[in-house]
Amino acid sequence: MTVVTKIETVSARPHHTLWGDAFIRLRRNYLALAGAVFILLLALAAILAPLITPYGFADQNLDEIMESPSWKHPMGTDELGRDAFARLLYGARTSLSVGIFTQFIVIVIGLPIGAISGYAGGKTDNFIMRFVDVMYAFPDILLIILLRSVLGGSIYMLFLAIGLVAWVGVSRLVRGQVLSLKSRDFVSAARAMGGMGNYITWRHLLPNSLGPVIVSITFNIPRAIFAEAALSYIGIGVQPPTPSWGAMIRDGYNLIFAKPHLIIFPAIAIALLLLAFTFLGDGLRDALDPKLRR
Amino acid sequence: MFKFIVRRILWLVLVLFVVSLITFTLMHLVPGGPWDREKQLAPQVVDALNKRYGLDKPLYEQFGNFLWGVVQGDLGVSYSFQGRGVTEILLKGLPRTAILGILAFILAQAVGIPFGMAAALKQNSTTDYASVIFSTIFASIPGFVLGILLMILFSVALHWLPTGGWGSPLQLIMPVICLAALPAAQSARITRASTLEVMRQDYVRTARSKGLPENVVRVRHIFRNSLIPVVTVAGPELANLITGSFIIENLFSIPGVGRLFVQGVFARDYGLIMGGVLFYAFAIAILNLVVDVLYAAIDPRIRFD
Repeated sequence: MTVVTKIETVSARPHHTLWGDAFIRLRRNYLALAGAVFILLLALAAILAPLITPYGFADQNLDEIMESPSWKHPMGTDELGRDAFARLLYGARTSLSVGIFTQFIVIVIGLPIGAISGYAGGKTDNFIMRFVDVMYAFPDILLIILLRSVLGGSIYMLFLAIGLVAWVGVSRLVRGQVLSLKSRDFVSAARAMGGMGNYITWRHLLPNSLGPVIVSITFNIPRAIFAEAALSYIGIGVQPPTPSWGAMIRDGYNLIFAKPHLIIFPAIAIALLLLAFTFLGDGLRDALDPKLRR
Repeated sequence: MFKFIVRRILWLVLVLFVVSLITFTLMHLVPGGPWDREKQLAPQVVDALNKRYGLDKPLYEQFGNFLWGVVQGDLGVSYSFQGRGVTEILLKGLPRTAILGILAFILAQAVGIPFGMAAALKQNSTTDYASVIFSTIFASIPGFVLGILLMILFSVALHWLPTGGWGSPLQLIMPVICLAALPAAQSARITRASTLEVMRQDYVRTARSKGLPENVVRVRHIFRNSLIPVVTVAGPELANLITGSFIIENLFSIPGVGRLFVQGVFARDYGLIMGGVLFYAFAIAILNLVVDVLYAAIDPRIRFD
């Protein structure tokens, strides 16, 4: 006991885990915090949409077509008499779920492939990395469009199409991390004590490379959200009547002179959401980088 | 140097082969053929069309024919633009996409580099913070959202600029700004970071201590060295400009390669899609190659190996 107290008095700063430390650093970063709060509020609003607005996203009222914003319709109505605010809220569900679910696919594919490639080295590594290089050379949006036309129109297939394109970056990152970690002393120690390949990968290599992966995932989310909005804007994203911000922009485009509010709100919503994720990602990167630790 | 380029070109050929193989496979997995119309065509007509375009042959033969055509610069026939070759269609759109891309690239560097440099030279000043904030904002807002906001301001509210089309210089302003926003922000960020790093180098201190005027130190020692990382990202940036034009061309109704390609996707025009994908992959790979060679040329520390 006494020994422990002595060590505590000697160390100048209180002991924190990596994550505790990162959280404290993140809390000091107001932009990142604002981003996180915005995302949480939006997610909450998207989940509670039926409680916030009395209108459904597909409810048409043909007596109230293309109305300007009012108390009854805070963001007006579109040319089919649908409440734009309700569509915006339900559209947030689409955007956020695309952002999050594609990352599951990215992790499920990218993490193991990168870890195997980095750990195995040699021919396996070479083969996997050449494949990854070819995937890199393939323009993202083109591949998504191609996959989109093969996989069909449902929103799950959209997750899959975007996820199948985005895993490459994460696998490269994990491979680099594993390569640099696997020659460290603590890994040699684990191996000297009889740890086997799988054990070392899962117990030592992956947890230690998690920081940069989390940061890259945070930056990947807005990219996926953007891809969905862009695809829906071109007309090959989610299918109507599923609300999507990109689709709202596309619908509002024809009315840009008559009813600009129909296009302004979703455009600003996309901009704010992407900005929030960028701020959060920047904050996380700063918080998780041990080199910046005091 | 020569060996390096040859190896990169061989690699490029391999990449393009795999890209066309993937595209070809995916296109033939798509349910529905190019002759699916709202009005059902008679089976005899479909057969005749398939025969005419070689779609009745086995898949490997179709793929072989396509590759043989590509080697000769023929990207196949378009099924939706009747009787026209894909090469011809894409070449018609290319100058427009290229003009947009080049102008956007020049604008991005002309804005991004000086901003990043000014920010670094006065670290923690108002200029610095402004540059960081603006580059973060423009790096995260997609071009087409920016385009819509600009359109509402300049076309709808102020009536200064046309909403789209091609022909007059006025119609270029908004699309070029939208395309340039992201690379400008990236250039500003990277220039700032690399200038800050170069400023701390020993040779800069040496240059100052031997009494060189500040301007000479900045131009000869800081400026030139801090541009090296900026060139590295120029390749991906150009590639982004090319694929970014997809959506921007649609938004501003510019009949460039991107818009033609999207039309092809809607019409299930296999020919146009395959040719288009290959065309894009080729353009991007070539740009990256040029940038790599350029990179090694301006930085003597880098060896071709």
